[in-house]
Amino acid sequence: MTGGKGERVSDLLRLGLHDLHVELGGKMVPFAGYEMPVQYGLGVMKEHLHTRAAAGLFDVSHMGQVILRPKGTYEETARAFEALMPVDVLGLAEGRQRYGLFTNETGGILDDLMFANRGDHLFVVVNAACKVADVAHMVAHLSATTEVVAITDRALLALQGPKAEEALARLVPQVMAMRFMDVAVVDTLFGALWISRSGYTGEDGFEISVPDGGVEGLARALLAMDEVEAIGLGARDSLRLEAGLCLYGHDIDESTSPVEAGLTWAIQKARRAGGTRAGGFPGATRILHELAEGPERLRVGLRPEGRAPMREGVDLFAPDDTPIGRVTSGGFGPSVEAPVAMGYVARAHAEIGTPLQGEVRGKKLPLTVAAMPFNPTTYKR
Amino acid sequence: MKYTQEHEWLRVEGDVVVVGITEHAATQLGDVVFVELPEPETMVASGDEVVVIESVKAASDILAPVDGEIVEVNDKLADNPGLVNEDPLGAGWFFKMKLDDLSVLDDFMDEDEYNELIG
Repeated sequence: MTGGKGERVSDLLRLGLHDLHVELGGKMVPFAGYEMPVQYGLGVMKEHLHTRAAAGLFDVSHMGQVILRPKGTYEETARAFEALMPVDVLGLAEGRQRYGLFTNETGGILDDLMFANRGDHLFVVVNAACKVADVAHMVAHLSATTEVVAITDRALLALQGPKAEEALARLVPQVMAMRFMDVAVVDTLFGALWISRSGYTGEDGFEISVPDGGVEGLARALLAMDEVEAIGLGARDSLRLEAGLCLYGHDIDESTSPVEAGLTWAIQKARRAGGTRAGGFPGATRILHELAEGPERLRVGLRPEGRAPMREGVDLFAPDDTPIGRVTSGGFGPSVEAPVAMGYVARAHAEIGTPLQGEVRGKKLPLTVAAMPFNPTTYKR
Repeated sequence: MKYTQEHEWLRVEGDVVVVGITEHAATQLGDVVFVELPEPETMVASGDEVVVIESVKAASDILAPVDGEIVEVNDKLADNPGLVNEDPLGAGWFFKMKLDDLSVLDDFMDEDEYNELIG
């Protein structure tokens, strides 16, 4: 039972809510350069189940918040941003958010992100571990049209679960009118909140950007409600895994293309062959080729037959023992009440229902390619 | 009751030693979701990895604390691995070992020494 992966606590950044996490019994661990709560007193399993049953509050202030402010028109900025991703940015309506991916010249994924059209500018949320590189990437490619502003005076909270709306609406009634992937800016006594109806759990819920000066008040007001519990990174991981959502650096990285990753839903028609703005993004040759011909390997859901979890790194084999892939995320799904995993397999073995074997501690154990999400999503569309 | 540096407890029952993990270890591991136990009637040496515990967070090994024979394992953990969290010192035991010489247990920590270790 050793912790730490070379990150010294003294080198780590602290969240604005650090003292509150400690007060709440949070077990702080190094993650992406920050001291983050991996779990609180309830433990990962109960925190996970509570989020699915009521509402969980997550501090995700380690993530990068960036404003893309046009030097000229919004359209020029949107067009320049669109050139970095196989995604339709220009077509995103005001007040709406969309999932995006920065690709590299070989069609791999530099990061995945959320971006929102806020009328006269774009708001972008990127992964903590990639944020420095992402800002540099945007500055390098957008500066002609756009001021890239890394936001450093705001925290980011996520409130997730079937009771998230009811809880947040007590403080911000305007959220009741929002639907999945809507964004809104609302003035409150905690400051101007930048709210999106989205998240990383497969549940209905919200991500709330709040000024540093207001975050403790907002967090305490939410935690004082019966249905809200503080939830750590451990449950965040099991929730997103059950929802079939990718974790950057594990399920997607610079070597995996969006098509291999099964993220073709994020590549709108306008950017595909025959679309009005087809191609024109880094790695377009590979990505458009894979869209037309199919990729060599695919990210799939996996259900081990026994109770033994199959975690990241487990090698996958066909029934005849041919190596065909590897698990990229896996663990126990508290809501599924069984182990669940995802990984990459050769296309011939990617069909749902295909029997495979996963090697755990030298033993090949049976598992099956399965549909994702493992747990039904409950977004308010 | 004796304790190991690896946070196992050892309890003598007649001529066998029952082995489990301490409350401290169970808390550190988090919710246990899978336990892989050895086959009964296996001879093991001290330091052998005899049990694998998977929690929601990670997999951990439990080492044989001494040389001897595994004579019985706790089959209830197959269907109910959560017993390790609910009752680590009782119903959450892992296996029973038969030793040639029970005096080897004298080398392990007693409760006071163990409590000092976990501070």
